[in-house]
Amino acid sequence: MSGLQIPMEHVLALAGLLFSCGLMGLMLRRNIIFMLMSLEVMLNAVALAFVAAGAQWGQADGQIIFLLILSVAAAEVAVGLGLVLQIQRRFKTLDMDQARRLRG
Amino acid sequence: MMATLFYLAAFIALLATGLALTRTNAAHALIYLIVSLLAVAVLFFLMGAPFAAALEIVIYAGAIMVLFVFVIMMLNVGQEGIEREREWLSARNWVVPGVLAAILLLELLLALRAAPATTSGVAVTPKEVGLALFGPYVLAVEIASMLLLAGLVGAYHLGRRFIVRRERRR
Amino acid sequence: MAGVWLIPLLPLASALLLILSTGKMPRQLVALLGAGSVGLAAICVALLARDFLADGEVRQLTLWTWLAVGEFTPRIAFYIDGLTVVMMSVITGVGFLIHLYSIEFMWDDESICRYFAYMNLFVAAMLVLVMADNLLLLYLGWEGVGLCSYLLVGFWYRDPANGRAARKAFIVTRVGDTAMALGLFLLFTELGTLDIQPMLVAANSHWQVGDSLPILATALLLGGAVGKSAQLPLHTWLPDAMAGPTPVSALIHAATMVTAGVYLIARTFGLFLLAPPTQEAVAWIGLLTLLLAAFAALAQSDIKRILAYSTISQIGYMFLALGVGAYASGIFHLVTHAFFKALLFLAAGAVIHCLHHEHNIFRMGGLRTRLPVIFWSFLIGSAALAALPFTSGFYSKDAILLSAWEIPGIGPWLWAGGLLGAMLTGIYSFRLVFVVFFGSAHTEPDRQPGWKMATPLIVLCVLSLLGGLLVLPLSGVFPPAAHPAASHAVEYISIGTPLLGLLLAYLLFLGRQLSIDTLADGPLGRGLSDLWLKGWRIDQLYDAVWVRPYLGLSHWWRNEPVDRIYNALVSLCQWAHHRLCALQTGQLRWYATSMVFGLVLLVAIMLRNAT
Repeated sequence: MSGLQIPMEHVLALAGLLFSCGLMGLMLRRNIIFMLMSLEVMLNAVALAFVAAGAQWGQADGQIIFLLILSVAAAEVAVGLGLVLQIQRRFKTLDMDQARRLRG
Repeated sequence: MMATLFYLAAFIALLATGLALTRTNAAHALIYLIVSLLAVAVLFFLMGAPFAAALEIVIYAGAIMVLFVFVIMMLNVGQEGIEREREWLSARNWVVPGVLAAILLLELLLALRAAPATTSGVAVTPKEVGLALFGPYVLAVEIASMLLLAGLVGAYHLGRRFIVRRERRR
Repeated sequence: MAGVWLIPLLPLASALLLILSTGKMPRQLVALLGAGSVGLAAICVALLARDFLADGEVRQLTLWTWLAVGEFTPRIAFYIDGLTVVMMSVITGVGFLIHLYSIEFMWDDESICRYFAYMNLFVAAMLVLVMADNLLLLYLGWEGVGLCSYLLVGFWYRDPANGRAARKAFIVTRVGDTAMALGLFLLFTELGTLDIQPMLVAANSHWQVGDSLPILATALLLGGAVGKSAQLPLHTWLPDAMAGPTPVSALIHAATMVTAGVYLIARTFGLFLLAPPTQEAVAWIGLLTLLLAAFAALAQSDIKRILAYSTISQIGYMFLALGVGAYASGIFHLVTHAFFKALLFLAAGAVIHCLHHEHNIFRMGGLRTRLPVIFWSFLIGSAALAALPFTSGFYSKDAILLSAWEIPGIGPWLWAGGLLGAMLTGIYSFRLVFVVFFGSAHTEPDRQPGWKMATPLIVLCVLSLLGGLLVLPLSGVFPPAAHPAASHAVEYISIGTPLLGLLLAYLLFLGRQLSIDTLADGPLGRGLSDLWLKGWRIDQLYDAVWVRPYLGLSHWWRNEPVDRIYNALVSLCQWAHHRLCALQTGQLRWYATSMVFGLVLLVAIMLRNAT
């Protein structure tokens, strides 16, 4: 398993692309489930960047950060999906533009 | 060969992500997202991180996405939800997020120019990861475990009331 | 006599006891305490006076040092000379008679305990005022009597009008008191002491006659005296102060407190001698006041207001005397005035008491046969007030007028004015007698005065008739006045004028040879009588000049214009808050988008810095 020689920029550019996609989804979608998915994509993109950096130096640290990101994503999804259920119950919709009770 | 495989997987990941975020049916979007995650797992493997690749598949594409599936099943959004999603995805909604995301991407790419390097291709074995994890990073592990516990408690709390109410209604 | 300190202490202790009993004391005990303490004080004063007349020695008594601040060490100390003895005798003697009278007058009042507490406190404060060795202690008594006056004018506080009258009395005198306080500050700064006798000595060594400082200081003291003694321009409170019980009017607003200003000027006459302009101002104020008040008294119909205006007028005579340097005559008039004015007020109070609280003289009438004791008292009091020959008022007023005649230059004018006032006094006092006691009855009395009322009246009758024979021990206090050497013509005119006033009153109000109606019906007569009835409209003038602008100003300030600035700040914050609230849409996507926008900016800045 050795010999993958590609420019770092390409990997990081890919991570950036994925991140931007997630960001765009977050801003674009009104359904909270899609927003959560976008968040997953963004986290995943960041994780990719860390793993790539770890790969460049041949160190384990990148993967460890990936692990931490993974646990953050798991916790976030667990709580986030619980919230989704509550929002559906309270507002009878998943449209975040409708759930605007925090308006000042 | 390896490089070709890398770019192919990268292409699949991008394509699948893009498709996932533009679907109107949540279940379809989820499938695309899983594809995207699998492609990223391939990338990890190619970059010499087999442990990360395995976790990506097992936890991300497996456990987390299954959670999404459960929730989508519970909510049972249905056909009208799809119609609504289609309506929401009209073209003019794309402008501002598109522009902002494009600018950010451009900035990130600009920042990358300054770091010309290649991946080493040296594999980092699960053993090394494990040693590092329970060596210098043991505190981070503890914190992560607490985070997960908090997530567990929170999810239990939020979800339980939902279930109890539904049972009572029944 | 060693127990001088007992004299003010007795009424003070009684007042404290009465206050502390919170009105639960039986009436008999209240009366015994209230009148008895003053009676005891009167006996002490009589003993003191006997000793004093025997040796003529000035007594000084230091009880303790009040406070010591650097060089400022006022003491609680008494200075007793002839003037003090005279004042003390009047206060406790007349005061005791009025207390005795009050027992019957106030017997049915539920607040009799409160009444006697205030009255005793008043007597104590007044005694402190006249006995004080230094001006600060005098000021304590001065404010004490002001407080008691306020409390007693508003005694029947359930009627808001009485409360207003009390406030007016307090506030108007406060104007004078402030001037007096300023005068005390000035005297202390300039002379370094407030002890009266050393101060007078120091003033004589520091200042020349006619210097500006003594003029200023005496003018300020005069302000205090004018306020307390209800002289122009601060006289407006006295007619309204008649809202209090009649014995209060007799004691405070006729016999004692209102003469405190006269006492103050007499006590500090050494300063006034250094300031001839102020001295002259005192005379003119007295003359002007006595004339204005006499005219106002002509038109009143409330029996107590007539007496109030006559009080103002008579104090005007005292000021006139002080102004022309006839101090002894002024004090003499003070004493006789205390007798006959207390007599008049008590008799008026008895009339009111016996006629179901009727105040309007035109609803009285024909009381001569029905209330004989009161009639004779009133007649004697009026005769003394009008200075008919051989009554006490005659001696004192005559002395004042003759002293005024002696003054070079302005003297004859003062004399003529005083004479006109004397004639007016004759008219209004006998108008009162004729309207109230002669003619046909309009209201029947429902009771006769008892012995507690009659005794003070009779004693005061005797004093009013024979008071002129008293020789006051004032020779050691004041510089000996030049013996009046006016021509006999002047004296005869002085004697005759009150008789002329009496004749006019007879013709107008009893004999009806002259028709008062034809006089009063013309436009001039009606305008004048209306003007006099309202006391020359001075109240309205003050209302327009002071009260209304002040109220307007306070209304304006009530809206707090200064706060507008801070309110504007608050409004600005609220405005900004509402604008910023618009940003808080509650829309998650909007938040996310703005965060991304910020992120874009941040990264851009970082990039710029990196390159």
